[in-house]
Amino acid sequence: MTEGSSPAKAYALHLAVVAFLFGLNFVLPAYHHGLLARILVLATFAMGYNLLFGYVGLLSLGHAMFFAAGLYGAGLGVHHYGLSVPLAFVAALFCGAALSLVIGLLALRTSGVAFMIVTMMFAQVLALAILYFAPLTGGDQGLVLQQQERVIQLGNTVLDLTNPTVRYMTALGLFSVVLLLMLAIVRSRFGRVLIAVRENEERTRMLGYDTFTNKLTAMVVSGVICAAAGGAYALLFGYVGANFASVQYSILPLLWVLLGGAATTLGPLIGTLFMYYVVDITSSYTSAYLLIVGIALIVLVLFFPKGILGTIRQRLLRWLP
Amino acid sequence: MMPLMTTRGLSRHFGGLRAVDNVDFALMPGEIRAVIGPNGAGKTTFVSLVCGRIEPSSGMIVFDGSDITNLPAHKRVRLGIAYTFQITSIFANLSAYENVALPVQRTLTDGRSKGHVHAGVMEALDRVGLADRATLPAGQLAYGHQRLLEVAMGLALRPRLLVLDEPTQGLADSEIENFIELVREIARDATVLIIEHNMPVVMELADRITVFDAGQVLAEGTPEAIRANTAVQRAYLGASDG
Repeated sequence: MTEGSSPAKAYALHLAVVAFLFGLNFVLPAYHHGLLARILVLATFAMGYNLLFGYVGLLSLGHAMFFAAGLYGAGLGVHHYGLSVPLAFVAALFCGAALSLVIGLLALRTSGVAFMIVTMMFAQVLALAILYFAPLTGGDQGLVLQQQERVIQLGNTVLDLTNPTVRYMTALGLFSVVLLLMLAIVRSRFGRVLIAVRENEERTRMLGYDTFTNKLTAMVVSGVICAAAGGAYALLFGYVGANFASVQYSILPLLWVLLGGAATTLGPLIGTLFMYYVVDITSSYTSAYLLIVGIALIVLVLFFPKGILGTIRQRLLRWLP
Repeated sequence: MMPLMTTRGLSRHFGGLRAVDNVDFALMPGEIRAVIGPNGAGKTTFVSLVCGRIEPSSGMIVFDGSDITNLPAHKRVRLGIAYTFQITSIFANLSAYENVALPVQRTLTDGRSKGHVHAGVMEALDRVGLADRATLPAGQLAYGHQRLLEVAMGLALRPRLLVLDEPTQGLADSEIENFIELVREIARDATVLIIEHNMPVVMELADRITVFDAGQVLAEGTPEAIRANTAVQRAYLGASDG
């Protein structure tokens, strides 16, 4: 259902981005190679957030709970129940789907500021529950997944997720699938309805759309994508920690999306990349790097309120999805 | 002939205010019905009850033989009840094309029309004369064109009952003439319920007129009968007795 304009151009651009990231695997020095793998997973988290925030216009301050649902769903599955890596990933998706469905049914009864507060409170409940059930979750120490727990058996081949190239390629695989999924969603009829809800919910309802069900569906898709990122994070980097459920990890995807450009498919990647490298570069010069990050954010908000890619779309490339 | 839509004892109270008070109403298929009345007479509340934007305090609404009193608004739209807003309510940041694409894909999804979104969109825009402005953001259209876009969105829903809430408000005289033509054309395959303050438009368009006053139906009849009705003159048209 490609009904908008220039579908070929949009798909070509996205495939080119994926190809470029694939190529980087062979040229990046070890440090940046590892950092980029991490960024790709977190950019996937940001894409999940962007679906709800950018396209539906629902500002959640609790998306850390969906990331954490995937992180702990996979992490606990491997650590306590001896699940294989693929099954642990499925468990992560399942946890994200179940949690976002329940939270969506409750939180979507509100909107605006109330929605922000309700989502934030639910995320706090999960964060505190993780600390409370310390015997299971490791509390604030978290869990470390051992190398032998992080291998995929494919017949005779063994994929070791602690190997840098395997890790990078797995992260890129997840990122690419979600990126193309996002592109397909925003170009679909469903995506058109989501944007309409953002722009004018009452009018959308009076055009015959069940806006609650559409918002709930978006919430579950968003929750599953964030949980996929969380599950991949646990399996690829081997650390399952309570800080990923904290409010900081609810605000970060918001910042990444705002920086890169809300309601753009590639914005979350650009925002996450930008933020990581600004922190990385400035922290090597000064311990006051957060000051510089803060100033960079203020400058961006003042001069590029639509984010990096949002501004480019507005001024140069109107066809960007 | 069976009425397309009827209401029985329909009421909506806001606190102590009886905005719509025990209204019995019947609309025949294919007619153009105007609803008139002084400000605050309950006209918009009445059509909002019909569309499901607000819930009635009591009474029932029957559309095409089935009780729709408890049906949510979006399901009524799928049955063929379309509402165009009194205050222009378009998607200002989206293109005119996207505005109309939403109702078109609705009818395609429901199986009430066939073909492609693109063809349906261009047909609806063409009917109101906005085809050449399809790519413009709706918010940048002239006001009269925004009203037409609103009508195009209503049309694209392929309504059986199209509710127009003060559609000519803010239009220039020349635009009003075209508008009357457009409504006549729409009425060839849909029933039209129109709230209107502009009396020449009402007299020219309506097959029948229902007069609201203080939430109740004061009178109902042909334009000639309403014009001659002394109670209406007193309540609304402002004429003194005699």
